Amino acid sequence: MTVESIVFYVFATLTVVGALGVISMKNAVQAVLCLVLTFFSAAALWMLLEAEFLAVTLVLVYVGAVMVLFLFVVMMLDVDYASLRAGFSKYLPLGVITALALFGAIYWVIRSQVLGEIPEPAKNSADYSNVTVLGRLLYTDYFYAFEIAGVILLVAIIAAISLTFRGRRERRGQSVPLQHQTMREERLKIVSMESGRRQDAHLKPKKTSSKKEAPKDGVAKKSSSKKEPSKNKQDEAEKSEGKGS
Amino acid sequence: MPYNLMHLLPEIFLLTAGCVILLVDVFSKDLDRNLTYRLTQLALLATAIICMVQFPSVQYHLYERHFILDPMAGIIKISVIFLAMLALLFARPYILPRRILRGEYYLLHLFAVLGMMVLVSGGSLLTLYLGLELLSLSLYALVAMQRHSYRAAEAAVKYFVMGAIASGFLLYGMSLVYGVTQHIHLTDIANYIATNDASLTLRFGLVFIVVAIGFKFGAVPFQMWVPDVYDGAPTSTTAFLSSAPKVAAFGFMVRIFAYGFIGALVDWQGLLIILACLSMLIGNIVALVQNNLKRLLAYSAIAHMGYFLLGALTGTSEGFAASFFYILAYSIMSLGGFGCLIYLGKGVEDVKNLDQLKGLGRSNPWGGLLISVLFLSMAGLPPFIGFWAKLEVFLAVLNAGFVWLAVFAAVMSIIGLFYYLKVVKVIFFDESEKEEKIVAVRGLRLGLGITSLSVVALGLFPGKLMQLCAQAFEYL
Repeated sequence: MTVESIVFYVFATLTVVGALGVISMKNAVQAVLCLVLTFFSAAALWMLLEAEFLAVTLVLVYVGAVMVLFLFVVMMLDVDYASLRAGFSKYLPLGVITALALFGAIYWVIRSQVLGEIPEPAKNSADYSNVTVLGRLLYTDYFYAFEIAGVILLVAIIAAISLTFRGRRERRGQSVPLQHQTMREERLKIVSMESGRRQDAHLKPKKTSSKKEAPKDGVAKKSSSKKEPSKNKQDEAEKSEGKGS
Repeated sequence: MPYNLMHLLPEIFLLTAGCVILLVDVFSKDLDRNLTYRLTQLALLATAIICMVQFPSVQYHLYERHFILDPMAGIIKISVIFLAMLALLFARPYILPRRILRGEYYLLHLFAVLGMMVLVSGGSLLTLYLGLELLSLSLYALVAMQRHSYRAAEAAVKYFVMGAIASGFLLYGMSLVYGVTQHIHLTDIANYIATNDASLTLRFGLVFIVVAIGFKFGAVPFQMWVPDVYDGAPTSTTAFLSSAPKVAAFGFMVRIFAYGFIGALVDWQGLLIILACLSMLIGNIVALVQNNLKRLLAYSAIAHMGYFLLGALTGTSEGFAASFFYILAYSIMSLGGFGCLIYLGKGVEDVKNLDQLKGLGRSNPWGGLLISVLFLSMAGLPPFIGFWAKLEVFLAVLNAGFVWLAVFAAVMSIIGLFYYLKVVKVIFFDESEKEEKIVAVRGLRLGLGITSLSVVALGLFPGKLMQLCAQAFEYL
């Protein structure tokens, strides 16, 4: 039992435990965190296979980007997991039988044919660098596949945005500097009108005219705040109509 | 070592055009997206011209044998581009009133065509998978474009989930094949199979690959997505989905079976026989009871895939040529069939039921005639192209020695005659329940005319196309 095999068994067990945890946890956030554990353990296994670039990329991309997005969605959406899992125990025996059958078939095929005949891959020399080898191949022999993979990412972006983007929300906001820069002429228009009889003159006792002068100034100051001109004129006309009596 | 990228010119041009049109679309202020549509059609036409100019006369294996350029790939690329152009012609009047009008709708067709071109030229398992994924991703988004409709969203989720599972199966099979043969290039795999026995693991991996191919075609028992997706997706997307990707999937199938695994013929032939028989059976019988036109066409698509697989399962170059002719004929007919449904739709209402076609022959004789031509051709009646396609496929199966299979297929074909003739009967011999005149835009009439005319013309003169299909398989 070398150190290497101990490390392998530990991380392989962690991978399986994490994968089982993903499908059996009731709490969705805990399930996502189990998936993160699975990915970390798989990265450690890849490190054992001397694919250190792939291991680091797995952690950075899968755990760092994809799993974080998973967590966002799981935490933001209020999914009623209890009702979704309602039929779980009903189908559990059938699911277990199918899984065991498939696993048994794959295990039988691989065990009978491949294992025991293929030797372990030879260890590379000390100055082997996974990054260098990958980089050298990816941009020369496999450039076509690399470019197509880039186009697939572009299509994913186009698809995601075209399906969910709903345009800029039109909001009415205020711009205080603009409000401070207004001038009296744009807000106020003084109209001279003939005064007539008050509409409710038969209801109220007659008031002196000096009291009616003061509110008019107050009304004028009020209308200097941000209002449309038509509304202003309407206000003005209303006030002057009410005033004319 | 510097590679000569001239052979990649169609793909490079299409990708560049796609990116440029994407930018133009972002800054375009036209709500109708006229500019995007015209530029897309122009880009497709230019790519087709480049493909025709660069049409290869021999087979090239390029870029470390990741890219195969041969007559079959050339023919499939050109036909896929023309099918996409026709589908866009049908799509435009459909999406205008339904407010699915975003420029990305046209762009995703461009990227789907690019995916198909990559798929058909794939020389290694890696490039085949990448092309398939590029195509599938564009199609998932196209199905989901009508995002306010529940049915479209449901159809998109079903298509996406089952497509992802199928891609997973494909990758698993490819990884098993790689594990056994230690090669990903198709010619290397063929050499390995020729020199060693096909081991159990290799056959196991092959089964997974066949499963994925069966899913992509919609063959039974992987056909569950076909009726729901064909029914729920916007009709213009269904028209594109049922025509061009099937031709590209045929190219994919030929690369895998004829170039990679031809030595393991006995392994995948039995699987394809089962797929073909079940598809013909289920597709024809379930279509008999359908009232919804889109589902009727969906189940007839499943049945057609059964007939189409008959030619491919023989493994001879005559069989592959017959299947090639069949899939080209079927894609034209299917595009025309769904184009008819778009043509008949009024405003934002889709034509759903068979009853809505009643009396069409009287109120709109030209439209009724075109629809009847397409349906009769799908039934396999002469003098339309569907007849020649079925004849070629049956001949190939008979020459390969599967007499019982040919008889079974002929019986299924007769059963299938019923629902096609039912549609023609409803159009011409039933009284219409309401008096409404159909007014269609010029683009729709042009597109419908092109498909029906080609169905009739190729039915009367199928020789040139058949010769072209046979030529594509000289290198087998």
